[in-house]
Amino acid sequence: MDFSLTEEQQLLQDSINQFIEREYTFDDRKKFLDSEKGFNEENWKTFGSLGWLGMPFSEDDGGYNGGPVDVMVIMENLGKGLIVEPYVPSILLSGKILADLGSDDQKSNYLHPMISGEKIISFAYIEPQSRFNLSDCLTKATVSDDGYVLDGYKALVHNASASDTLIVSARTSGNQCDEKGISLFLVDANAKGVSLRNYSTIDGGKASELTLENVTVSKDSLLGEIDEGFSTIDNAIDLATLGICAEAVGIMGKMNEMTLEYTKTREQFEQKLSQFQALQHRMVDNFMHYEQSKSLLVMCAAKMNDNTEDKKKALASLKYQIGLSGKHIGEESIQLHGGMGVTDEMHIGHYFKRLTTIRTLYGNSDYHLSNYASL
Amino acid sequence: MYNDVVYFALNYRGVLMNLSFSKEDQEFQQEVRSFIEQNYPSEIKEKQDQGIPLSKEDTVKWHKILNDKGWLAVNWPEELGGTGWTITQKHIFQNELAAANTPTLMPFGVNMCGPVIYTFGSDEQKEFHLPKILNGDIWWCQGYSEPGSGSDLASLKTKAEKKGDVYVVNGAKTWTTLAQHADWIFCLVRTDGSGKKQEGISFLLIDMKTPGVEVKPIITIDGTHEVNMVYFDNVEVPVTNLVGEEGFGWSIAKFLLAHERTGIAGIPSLKRELDRLRDITTQIQVGEGSLKDDAMFMSKLDRLEIKLTAAEYTELRTLAAMSAGGHPGPESSILKILGTDLQQELSDLFVEAVGYYAHPFMTEEDLASNESRIGPDFAAPVMPHYLNYRKVSIYGGSNEIQRNVIAKAVLGL
Repeated sequence: MDFSLTEEQQLLQDSINQFIEREYTFDDRKKFLDSEKGFNEENWKTFGSLGWLGMPFSEDDGGYNGGPVDVMVIMENLGKGLIVEPYVPSILLSGKILADLGSDDQKSNYLHPMISGEKIISFAYIEPQSRFNLSDCLTKATVSDDGYVLDGYKALVHNASASDTLIVSARTSGNQCDEKGISLFLVDANAKGVSLRNYSTIDGGKASELTLENVTVSKDSLLGEIDEGFSTIDNAIDLATLGICAEAVGIMGKMNEMTLEYTKTREQFEQKLSQFQALQHRMVDNFMHYEQSKSLLVMCAAKMNDNTEDKKKALASLKYQIGLSGKHIGEESIQLHGGMGVTDEMHIGHYFKRLTTIRTLYGNSDYHLSNYASL
Repeated sequence: MYNDVVYFALNYRGVLMNLSFSKEDQEFQQEVRSFIEQNYPSEIKEKQDQGIPLSKEDTVKWHKILNDKGWLAVNWPEELGGTGWTITQKHIFQNELAAANTPTLMPFGVNMCGPVIYTFGSDEQKEFHLPKILNGDIWWCQGYSEPGSGSDLASLKTKAEKKGDVYVVNGAKTWTTLAQHADWIFCLVRTDGSGKKQEGISFLLIDMKTPGVEVKPIITIDGTHEVNMVYFDNVEVPVTNLVGEEGFGWSIAKFLLAHERTGIAGIPSLKRELDRLRDITTQIQVGEGSLKDDAMFMSKLDRLEIKLTAAEYTELRTLAAMSAGGHPGPESSILKILGTDLQQELSDLFVEAVGYYAHPFMTEEDLASNESRIGPDFAAPVMPHYLNYRKVSIYGGSNEIQRNVIAKAVLGL
């Protein structure tokens, strides 16, 4: 058994941390958030030139053949810096779908420019009624003379306003919750009938509600086979789930660090907060939550290429734990910061908000616990 | 600006952490498995599987079987009878023993006193004691806690005064597990009352047959006699039974705390017991179905299983760090807390599972008798076990003390 990172993975980790230290102070981050797209395009290009964006893709696709452990290393460290650039929605979701299903043309038009940092592509799959069920899809695509016509509504499409192109899931056959009958389409964000209602999310991100009204797309907009999109969506969400869990572990580690630091500085009753045993034990519990999450993260990263049931079980365990520990560490960190913890000025609250959205993203603890039970 | 990463961008190849067993490890696992199959006495196995308390003879028998094979003192140096196994092999070995539900061996000799003696003892002590610890001829017990010294162990008062070639020992030890069966006791005693309380403590080996040693039972809430008071009334102990120097006892105690603590979480047994509980849920009738159909109960099992997996991988990460040259140190405190939490939660789920049949009061004699039990066989030991396991978050340094250790040693508070 070997849990250690390779020299190259260490180097990758160091380079991300260096980037955050030099280019991503909290003031920088605030400027990025306040910009129109909600992130910095120069950063995105830097990620591309450093190879981070190409990490999960094969050499044939212009990537670096990275595996789940590499994704884990990237996301854990991006989490520490509370990076808002859309690595998960664009690379781990849309990128993964394009890599799995894209034709040569589709890859060279969409995947390659994305890997080099020139393009963002968002994935629209959540619907108001679907909650966490990936096969619940009401948006419809019907065959027309020269392609398909899409009608429907998608919720919480991350970074859609920064994307020229969207990947949209739509039902081409079957009933509302059937796995079979879901197809994936590339849709021009400026096409007639596409409208976006853009908003900021509570964690500093950008998202949109997407309405599709009689949107015509060409035949070659279809990704992969008709009716067969589900397993690709499922696999992409699995990878993205590993990604946000790693991000959460990075965030939780950072929150624990910040809380320790704060209690070692703040004084009440003529002593440092860190000297009160009642608080020490709570910080120990936070630390243990972090260790348990980290252990399941490492286990899951190592099992991502195992047979499907082992992988699914590992993911369900991990996301369940992240939901549990994310709540514990998140809420306790705020409490241990006292009144300062609820101010916008302190960094801790911003980590808390991202951690809190991660708890729900791609299924909350209850959802993953029931997945676990069904395996 | 980020030139250092060009190297990886050009040469990067994804590498997966390797968490699987090598071919050699798998062969080793098979070897352990077939050894247990061929050598685990069926009469002991039967008792274990039915939750019948083992006699001292049963435990000693299994101890000797492992020792004859050379698989007893797993962690000892090879030249003294250890195995020289890798971390992975030790992990496999413990898992296989637990899966087969073999008896838990007393840790006081092999895991505690043995390492102290071969690390700090005199040549005479090594020559006399180590072989007897290995072949199970001498049973040890541990004399640490006192009526006035629980978590604050260093405040201990049992006095050892040097008079000629003996120490005269006076005082009392408590919570002494299985002292009623023990031949020898290793004790922390006070040889100096002046100065810092930690500095006047010494480590003394005492023959339980020495005049003035008296053992009195403490009956615990599960109705069993597991722990004792041990009184010392002018007990004369040869000075040659002192381990290390006078005043060195506290250092030895700390060495023992950090040493041989891997495995303290009891994860392999937890896995076996969790599987057993899953199996039991199918045997407990509820209406026309079984407890297995109760989603709320089963959800608690699933949650516990995930927590167990997290603890297991935390232990593996700790072991891996140790094999890479690190020290177990404060990480064993995390494992102690996680493991004992799990042990207690699981013992509670067993009680919940069997419902009313946790209520009949089953003494050790009842459990051992041939008379049929009240309710299902698996129900009888459940409540005594739950009650008995209140101890695990208290002993070995209470879980509050473990949190103090982590706060200080890991978090720097």
